[in-house]
Amino acid sequence: MKTALYEKHVRLEAQLVDFAGWEMPMRYSSTIDEHHAVRNHVGMFDVSHMLTVDFEGAQSALFLQRLLASDVSKLSKDGQALYTVMLNERGGIIDDLIVYRLHETSFRIVFNAGVATTDLEWVTAWQQTTAYSLSITPRRDLSIVAVQGPKAIQTVVEILDCPQLMAVQPFTAIFHNELFIGRTGYTGEDGVEIICPNADATNIWSQLLNAGVLPCGLGARDTLRLEAGMNLNGQDMTPDLTPYECALSWVLDLEPSRDFVGQTALAETHRQGIATKLTGIVLQGGVMRSGYEVQSNAGLGTITSGSFSPTLGYSIALARIPRASTGDCSVLIRNKQKAGRIVRPPFVRHGEKVHR
Amino acid sequence: MSETPQELRYTDTHEWARVEPDGTVCVGISDFAQDALGDVVFIELPETGTEVAAGAEVAVIESVKAASDIYSPVSGEIVRVNDQLTDAPDLVNSEPYDGGWIFVVQPLSDDLSADLLTADQYQEFCETDSNAH
Repeated sequence: MKTALYEKHVRLEAQLVDFAGWEMPMRYSSTIDEHHAVRNHVGMFDVSHMLTVDFEGAQSALFLQRLLASDVSKLSKDGQALYTVMLNERGGIIDDLIVYRLHETSFRIVFNAGVATTDLEWVTAWQQTTAYSLSITPRRDLSIVAVQGPKAIQTVVEILDCPQLMAVQPFTAIFHNELFIGRTGYTGEDGVEIICPNADATNIWSQLLNAGVLPCGLGARDTLRLEAGMNLNGQDMTPDLTPYECALSWVLDLEPSRDFVGQTALAETHRQGIATKLTGIVLQGGVMRSGYEVQSNAGLGTITSGSFSPTLGYSIALARIPRASTGDCSVLIRNKQKAGRIVRPPFVRHGEKVHR
Repeated sequence: MSETPQELRYTDTHEWARVEPDGTVCVGISDFAQDALGDVVFIELPETGTEVAAGAEVAVIESVKAASDIYSPVSGEIVRVNDQLTDAPDLVNSEPYDGGWIFVVQPLSDDLSADLLTADQYQEFCETDSNAH
């Protein structure tokens, strides 16, 4: 499949890769240059492979309270957003997502590309089960361009002639003509995600390009989110793992009065005790990769996401290791034990080292 | 288009080999290979004195995206390694045929031509290789 911006990527001579059936740019020039552009200036990503879905109707809030692990009634104003997870009945993570309140009776969710079809089938099946009154509309007519970096807001305000964006708080979105602009992202920098009609995507992309915004591929997206300590679904999270095992217990709204899918299983898992945790590892003298074995003071674990941090100049990783693990550890890299250290993510915030 | 200097010999695993005046063989990776790997961030160099067979894994190049083995084009002994790459692994990207050389082998035999590709053969190989992806 191709996004509305595919021809732009080809013209920019991007290295294209298959991602969940989509032909997406891995990098345009250098992943490290693209990474630094986002940390120091501004970069943009085509993330139109993700699926925007609108939930509209009198009982849409009730429905999402049932389907999501966070309570959407916390969204008290139109435009407010929250990050949460959608769980299966075992408490395992189907997807992590951002839900925006559009109006009192309508919400917008963006699903990850790799599980978009699964997600859509899941919510559709639950709508039939609950018989709540709402419509669920997948919006493949919309594209998403993420503009990220310390200069992102200023640039977008100028390009889209949208001064009201200056006053928009993080995790809040506004409508601007046909555009839906949310102050959200997946890089650990300030920025926006612009959801626009497919027909407008190329024009917005070109204007941003002309304003000096550097196009960035999935390679930089991955190093940026990893530095920011953000999970990647399918890699750091799977349907067999609960939020407790994915460093996401903070998103759970567990009031007994609630009744969301997976809540009962979560309570049981919590009662039995959680054996592992998802945390960070830093290492010099090699590069950690997903699947590598970790030896800690409390036993064996596994790297779930590993790469090189362009900001820090050494390797960083997320790893699932025994809950009691702390301090020094060793990582098996291509048949050699390399010394690493367990740290608490994030690794980088606003361009600066934050792990200790 | 990537550069493929005529005077070098190449392998189907994307190393280049240059016979030095003293008979040793200097080895690096091709421009085509460095472009395909992307930003090189770490290199595990062999130790000098190591005996290697042609086709054996000798070094590891880590790019942002993945790790790749580097194979020796010839049998012999590692006599020099490029220590500069420890602090500046990106030389492999910026100067694949000069500052980005990786190691030097004292070959057992001085006849390299049989198994290695000429520049033209290698270029043809790369075209087939990229069309396959």
